[in-house]
Amino acid sequence: MIKVEHLSKHFGKVKAVDGISFDVKEHENLVLLGTSGCGKTTTLKMLNRLIEPTHGKIFINNKNILEQQPEILRRGIGYVLQNNGLFPHYTVGENIAIVPQLLNWDKKKIQHRVSELLEKLHLSKAYFNVYPNELSGGQQQRVGLARALVADPPVLLMDEPFGALDNVTKSKIHAEFKVLDELKKKTIIMVTHDVQEAFELGDRICLMDAGKIVQQGTPADLLFKPKNKFVEDFLKEQRLQLEFKAIKPPQPPEGGTLRLNGVVLSRDVSMWWVMEQFKFKGSESLSIYDDQDREIEKLGFEDLMSAFYQYKQQQTHE
Amino acid sequence: MNDQQQTLWDFMRQQSDKLATQTLEHIGLTFISLFLAVLVGLPLGILIARRRKLSGSVLGIAGILQTIPSIALLGFMIPLLGIGPKPAIVALLLYALLPIIRNTYTGITGVDAAVKEAAMAMGMSKWQILFKVELPLAMPVILAGIRTATVITVGVATLASYIAAGGLGEFIFGGISLNNTNMILAGAIPAALLAIIFDFLLSRVQKLNFKKIKAGTYALPVVIVLLASVYFIPSAYGSKLTAGFTPEFMGRQDGNLGLQSKYHLKIHTIVISDAVMYKAAYEKQLDVISGYSTDGRLKAYNLVVLKDDKNIFPPYFAAPIVREDALRKFPELEMTLNQLSGKINDTVMTELNYRTDYLHESPEKVAKDFLVSKNLWRPDRSGSDGIVRIGSKIFGEQYILANMYSMLIKGYTDYDVTTKTGLGGTKICFDALTNNQIDFYPEYTGTGFLVILQPSQQIINSVEGSKEKTYNYVKEEFEKRYQIKWLQPIGFNNAYALMMRQKQAAALNVKSITDLKNYLDKK
Ligand SMILES: Nc1ncnc2c1ncn2[C@@H]1O[C@H](COP(=O)(O)OP(=O)(O)OP(=O)(O)O)[C@@H](O)[C@H]1O
Ligand SMILES: [Mg+2]
Repeated sequence: MIKVEHLSKHFGKVKAVDGISFDVKEHENLVLLGTSGCGKTTTLKMLNRLIEPTHGKIFINNKNILEQQPEILRRGIGYVLQNNGLFPHYTVGENIAIVPQLLNWDKKKIQHRVSELLEKLHLSKAYFNVYPNELSGGQQQRVGLARALVADPPVLLMDEPFGALDNVTKSKIHAEFKVLDELKKKTIIMVTHDVQEAFELGDRICLMDAGKIVQQGTPADLLFKPKNKFVEDFLKEQRLQLEFKAIKPPQPPEGGTLRLNGVVLSRDVSMWWVMEQFKFKGSESLSIYDDQDREIEKLGFEDLMSAFYQYKQQQTHE
Repeated sequence: MNDQQQTLWDFMRQQSDKLATQTLEHIGLTFISLFLAVLVGLPLGILIARRRKLSGSVLGIAGILQTIPSIALLGFMIPLLGIGPKPAIVALLLYALLPIIRNTYTGITGVDAAVKEAAMAMGMSKWQILFKVELPLAMPVILAGIRTATVITVGVATLASYIAAGGLGEFIFGGISLNNTNMILAGAIPAALLAIIFDFLLSRVQKLNFKKIKAGTYALPVVIVLLASVYFIPSAYGSKLTAGFTPEFMGRQDGNLGLQSKYHLKIHTIVISDAVMYKAAYEKQLDVISGYSTDGRLKAYNLVVLKDDKNIFPPYFAAPIVREDALRKFPELEMTLNQLSGKINDTVMTELNYRTDYLHESPEKVAKDFLVSKNLWRPDRSGSDGIVRIGSKIFGEQYILANMYSMLIKGYTDYDVTTKTGLGGTKICFDALTNNQIDFYPEYTGTGFLVILQPSQQIINSVEGSKEKTYNYVKEEFEKRYQIKWLQPIGFNNAYALMMRQKQAAALNVKSITDLKNYLDKK
């Protein structure tokens, strides 16, 4: 869906982005990960032409975006800024309604859509007429997200959307983020320098350093098959937690489901997530159902742990 | 103090019509200029916020404009725009420009880059970003600039009266020339109040604005236009000719008031400063002006004096006035000074003034040339028989006279001379004389009569504006009161006079003020 080829951006002598290429499939969530100043924001901004590339090509839906009119292109791409960039002189409602207004939606439709989003993002209706400076940082982030989502663009670019949050709020928003139906059908490129966040939210990760992509792949690829010392070092901290996040519980057969307390789970939940459920929700087992809706296996904590070690063994021996 | 307030109040009540018109004119002038300044300054500010490279030169030019002295700026405008509201508005506009451009620029460049980027990222066009993001967010800063500009404009608008554009300056500058404190205050207090009120109102607009900008941005221009429309440009010319009189002349019994009561002259009159009046007459912006009969500009601009056939302007014949003890100390002094008596008439004095004021020749050279031409000049005898101290007031004519006297004394006597030229005004000169700091200086009969002696109305009437009677009266009174002697008059009369362009006067066959009145009364 998004294809980036040999993309570079030079600011004078500084090679902020230096010949990177990557693909993002439809409905995939790609994370650009790296230390401060490695060129993540610059890369992201080139995708909606806030910055014009020095070299390289960008295709979205097989169309070269450098040949499109920037304003029109941008209205079809949701963008969440590194520091939210809400209009201080617009109310929350007006902020969210900016793009629909640009697209000339009628008033009722805008009103309806804005209320719908406020609700989905757990923002009370009372905030509709409030100005951004009266909101907490987390609430502002959500408004920023709502503003990017409102016109239902197929592509969403997010620059450290949860950057300014404390860890507790962050993991709460992460959880909400993962289950938000609005995001399920979107192709997302998300920038972060937080490794845990990348592992939690990313289907695939591009690890960047000094304008180049050092390695790209699934979280498990990076963790268990690091290309070089840089990647290894980058993931060294809290490695165990990362491993739990990178590894999935045993998967059901084709057509089957994973269930926790009878509730069907998404196929891509991590081991970490299941463990958390065990701990906080008091569940004791994860059930695997086949395509006939028959329970074929019931896994307790011990079973999961041994599955985890088995998987790890397998990865490192490969 | 109480008395003072009482009379100020009385003055304002008496002149309430004028006060109201002047205040309205003042408000109108302020806001027309302000409106135009916003119309010009806002786009310029936006432009330089977009093209930062231009900002240095544009702000620089606006800054320089603001440092040009107001009178000079108004003077430049006359050849281009004439006199009246047009040049005044342009000048005010130029002064108001800098704060508006500067604040628009800082306001827009100060908008949070993240917010601008967000606007761009959502697909707003440049113009949408300008109107929906940059201008609303910069509005408090822009309003602060407009506020500063308003206060500046209210202040500078007082100067509009110099070039006949009305406003509260008429009272202020009229009051200053007439030494009438109540008149000054009647202009100054409302002007200050206007500044304070507008400043306060705009500060309210500024505060109220942040959240309700959308309503505010539309309301403000409307208010400014409404206030601007208050200024009905005084263009209902009733008569064929236009007169321009100084504020001083307007308020004096021996000025415009006399013109009306004695000649019944009905002419469309505007108030204008002495500094630009002659030029405006030359540029055909004015037809009749009130000047001084020996002013060098009379010659420079080809003007003629209309004969005062009803003698309303009191005579201002010049003569040296000397302390009597100095005459005793320097026995040859009187004779020497009197050599000049009857030698200089109005035309000659005008010519001499023209050479110093307009051709910028030194008063010394002009004095010597004149004495040589009259065969009065003699080489310096370098005497040392005491020192005579000559005083003079602070304008060209007096410098010339002081130089002539100095040369005569040095050439004809053995006295030495020091000169104290440039003694501010009549009062300073006269005090220096009575306090034995100078021995003599040239004074005018009218000044001695009205300013120093300040006689009762009865005496003024009895003198009837006659040259001899005035001279005799001041001579007697000065001897009695101050032991100061008026020597023989030099000959010229530097009095108020009405003047017209030579060509026009000839074409209309107007030679005297009565001729002028008759011409104006003809339908
Ligand atoms: N407009 C610019 N002009 C010059 N240099 C720039 C510009 N924008 C970015 N850079 C440089 O390019 C490099 C990459 O910047 P970028 O903002 O993409 O980093 P980042 O990975 O997003 O960092 P962070 O995590 O701190 O946001 C940095 O060295 C930065 O200084
Ligand atoms: Mg960044």
